[in-house]
Amino acid sequence: MTAPPDDCLARNEWICGEYLSTRRQILLDAVVQHLQLTSLAVLIALVVAVPLAVLARRWGWAAGPVLALTTVLYTIPSLAMFSLLLPVYGLSASLVVAGLVLYSLTLLVRNILAGLRAVPEDTRQAARGMGYGPVRLLLTVELPLALPAAMAGLRIATVSAVSLVTIGAIVGFGGLGNLIYTGMNTYFKAQVLTASVLCVVIAVAADLLLLGVQRVLTPWERATRAVRP
Amino acid sequence: MKTLGDAWSWLTDSAHWAGDDGIWHRLTQHLVLTVVCLVLSCLIALPVALVLGHLGKGGALAVNISNVGRAVPTFAVLVLLLLTPLGTWGEGPTVVALVLFAVPPLLTNAYVGMRGVDRSVVQAARGMGMTGSQMLWRVELPLALPLVLSGVRIAAVQLVATATIAALAGGGGLGRIITAGFNLASTPQVVAGAILVAAFALLVEGAFEVAERFAPGWARGRGRTG
Repeated sequence: MTAPPDDCLARNEWICGEYLSTRRQILLDAVVQHLQLTSLAVLIALVVAVPLAVLARRWGWAAGPVLALTTVLYTIPSLAMFSLLLPVYGLSASLVVAGLVLYSLTLLVRNILAGLRAVPEDTRQAARGMGYGPVRLLLTVELPLALPAAMAGLRIATVSAVSLVTIGAIVGFGGLGNLIYTGMNTYFKAQVLTASVLCVVIAVAADLLLLGVQRVLTPWERATRAVRP
Repeated sequence: MKTLGDAWSWLTDSAHWAGDDGIWHRLTQHLVLTVVCLVLSCLIALPVALVLGHLGKGGALAVNISNVGRAVPTFAVLVLLLLTPLGTWGEGPTVVALVLFAVPPLLTNAYVGMRGVDRSVVQAARGMGMTGSQMLWRVELPLALPLVLSGVRIAAVQLVATATIAALAGGGGLGRIITAGFNLASTPQVVAGAILVAAFALLVEGAFEVAERFAPGWARGRGRTG
């Protein structure tokens, strides 16, 4: 019988280079799944949230019900949300995505609506006076001006989604959460720590990426900031 | 629809309500866990935030802690704590993870509330010869109270929601009904558990809403300046 290798995997240490090199493919797959679930959910949420916010802005009476509904959805615990959708989607990745979409909606609708409401009436009047129709007004004036507030909501929604994906481990589609879950059951310290750290790294990277996108999309913000004393 | 019917019959079966795995026991665990963690995190976060807000220092710290807190998955923290020596200490890891999770919103809201107090009111109080602690207790805190309380409300509702995750790591609480359902491959039980958890979370949110509506004016911010 050969003696077991005396490396950090055998000693079950928290930080282990051996783990990184031997399980590279597993880690990579988990990160890819994590990124796919997060980005898909946030994108779908964005596609749903923008029309909702625009409608709520246009018709004042719609704002109350829309905000109330999305807030109620936000209150439902994530584990319960994934489980409640179980009869609809079964054990699948769409289950996790659907749950995350419902969570992101609250943050996105709230922020986009706040951004739209903050567009000065003078500006809207001026655009209308220049002959802008309602659609052109929305696309070229209101939405760009609402962008900073919307991006703030998008950043919060994305960062929250990255950390919520881990709960998807309950149905087997949790990205890095799967590794944390199995690592917990097998008392595999290196796997739990590595996956957790990667989660945080993804969240921070996504936040910085969106911050960069925001700066690129709103050059006038920087210009006015530079002019101000 | 069939699943919902099955979930309903699971819920109305009195056998599922009694005993150590029963709904009542899990509900009590959930409630105790939430209340203990809420009290602990208030005891930690509020004094720090009030003092920092009074001194006008550490604003960036309060906000950054809040942002970092959002990026760290509670589930990961829970499992990490579970694998440390703390893991042998019963509900210890769960309590620590939940407190870490509830501190940021409390800290940020209380700090922002304290800083939002009208500076001219504070200067008037100083002009009247109030000492620092008198100013904190008699002027700043009463005016900041609505925001401080809304932080407590956010923390409470999030705690109820997050305490569910403790079940993934073998802890108690209502989430356990869901995880047990998954282990038994019983969709009706999973859905029934989810309905219970969601109802409980909405109930707590509603309770806060009602309490806020009937609270005296000073706690709601009617007397707020600025």
